[in-house]
Amino acid sequence: MNDATLVRKNLFRKRLRAVLLMISILIAFLIYGMLGAMQNAFSMGTEGAAQDRLVTVNRINFTVALPYAYWGRIQQVEGVRTVAPASWFGGYYQEPQNFVQSFAVDPESYIEAYPELVFQEDQRLAFIEGRTCAAVGQALATQYGWTVGERIPLMSNIWQQQDGSQAWELDICAIFDDADGTYPTNYLMLHYEYFNESLLFGRDSFHWIAITTEDTSQNDRISREIDELFANSPAETSTTTEAAFNAAFMEQFGNIGLILTWVIGAAFATILMIVGTTMVMAVNERTREIAVLKTLGFTAPRIFRMVLWEALLLSFIGGLIGLGLAALAAQGASAALAGFLPSFGLTWTNALTAIAFMVALGLITGILPAWNAMRVRISEALGKV
Amino acid sequence: MNATSPLYELKDLSKRYTRGKETVTIFDALDMTINTGDFIAIMGPSGSGKTTLLNLLGGIDRPSSGEVLFEGQRIDNLSQGKLAKWRAANAGFIFQFYNLMPTLTAAQNVELPLLLTSLSGKARKDRVKTALEIVGMGERARHRPGQLSGGQQQRVAIARAIVADPKVLLADEPTGDLDRTTADEILETLQLLNAEMGKTIIMVTHDPAAASHAKRELHLNKGRFEEKGKA
Ligand SMILES: Nc1ncnc2c1ncn2[C@@H]1O[C@H](COP(=O)(O)OP(=O)(O)OP(=O)(O)O)[C@@H](O)[C@H]1O
Ligand SMILES: [Mg+2]
Repeated sequence: MNDATLVRKNLFRKRLRAVLLMISILIAFLIYGMLGAMQNAFSMGTEGAAQDRLVTVNRINFTVALPYAYWGRIQQVEGVRTVAPASWFGGYYQEPQNFVQSFAVDPESYIEAYPELVFQEDQRLAFIEGRTCAAVGQALATQYGWTVGERIPLMSNIWQQQDGSQAWELDICAIFDDADGTYPTNYLMLHYEYFNESLLFGRDSFHWIAITTEDTSQNDRISREIDELFANSPAETSTTTEAAFNAAFMEQFGNIGLILTWVIGAAFATILMIVGTTMVMAVNERTREIAVLKTLGFTAPRIFRMVLWEALLLSFIGGLIGLGLAALAAQGASAALAGFLPSFGLTWTNALTAIAFMVALGLITGILPAWNAMRVRISEALGKV
Repeated sequence: MNATSPLYELKDLSKRYTRGKETVTIFDALDMTINTGDFIAIMGPSGSGKTTLLNLLGGIDRPSSGEVLFEGQRIDNLSQGKLAKWRAANAGFIFQFYNLMPTLTAAQNVELPLLLTSLSGKARKDRVKTALEIVGMGERARHRPGQLSGGQQQRVAIARAIVADPKVLLADEPTGDLDRTTADEILETLQLLNAEMGKTIIMVTHDPAAASHAKRELHLNKGRFEEKGKA
């Protein structure tokens, strides 16, 4: 037996109470983990290179197309390095619910503009060379079990070919990954040329144009010049950083960050009050026992620590189980939502933050009862029978 | 140290409580010596200050003025932390209502004071076993207090009080909650600890029959002691 035995025995003295407290803590951390995973999915692609790249879209909104000629004209703006135009393809595989995020791109410029995409050299060349080639992101390839060399029919729910068909036969020539895991890889790219030539309607237009510059400190000037170039034309543009564009895109779903903060905040405020008051009550019930321990020679600091450890233990048992369940649930959700939300999962940052929350919860709910326990006066506590 | 050297010396001891504007004096200028190996019964009316005196002797409470010397060293001016260590090393406490931890077994209850020592787990186990055997509770080591009778609980409490081998046992009405027969058994155990193991015992009691087991009886009244000659 040691102090830890006493801590554990005290925590589980009233089993039902301990279990209920743990469940409430567990739920708070489950909510935290699930919402954190969701936030990760929504905030992907707003870091790193996305801060430096520019994106030009139609000023009305990004679903309205830009003329083909803008590609060449933007290239003329001073300081622009690479111009990589792209169009939504809006594909699905076999069944309409098997949504496949897909873009028609100009392979050479796109790969140049997105250096974080990692290709095997031979696959990269094959993709650029082959008209009917597609490059598939690792996450998407895993989801459908696609391999290089396979031929897949990709259906579009937006476009139609001149022969009336909505199926594009694509050869998987490359599977790419993301260098450091900060960008989603749950999409595929096909050749803009192949796509454009086969179209029945809507030819010679793009939905967005990604731009890299020679010097990122010039980005403000360059975006202004691009937008001025097309001012008063039928298709005016709006040029921002890719990060801002991605964030604006996600804003469609509401201010996720703010909602999450409020929900998590409410969950933790509730938990703090429930656990805090219960701990105070639980320790008050033990005033007499604490007085006995002190009589035997347990010092006040030692008793303080024991009560604090009890609160920390409670917080960690509930918290770790909750976080574990959240990670499992996120994994399940990730498989179900793979086509829509990239990498719905918990990061190490989430886990460490959660552990910091557990420590904070334990300390905050433990400090008052620990203080009370430390200050128990033996003669008073033993005097009341 | 021979059997009549002083274990405790109380010098000019006063204890007062202030309740609002009122000051209640429990003792005033009390002098007293307790010898090593003594077994003292302290009697006196309710509210006369018996528990207060035990608390002063046990380093739980501090006097308003005066000195408490234990083996020639003052303990009344020690810090709370030092007093806690002093209690762990020198005094064993026995209460009227046993005060065992309900979640711990008898053996674990007895082991509690040893958590404050540097003894190994094995040495602690041996000590606990011996202490329980001395009080005749060797068979009940794995029982919880709720599974024991009052007398058995008090035996476990006595084992807890002696396990760290303190010099003095301080008992506040140790038989106050027990029937005559059980009380006598407990008192005989205390006598044994006094006679065989040389423990100095100071016991508060209301019960003259209990007091008669002691070597010395002191009556506390209005802050003064009257020694009662033994028959
Ligand atoms: N913390 C305190 N504050 C004020 N007065 C106190 C305090 N503790 C004890 N007293 C008073 O001191 C007096 C002596 O109390 P004590 O508990 O020592 O009596 P006792 O002789 O043990 O009585 P009993 O036989 O009923 O146990 C009582 O009048 C009591 O009310
Ligand atoms: Mg009393």
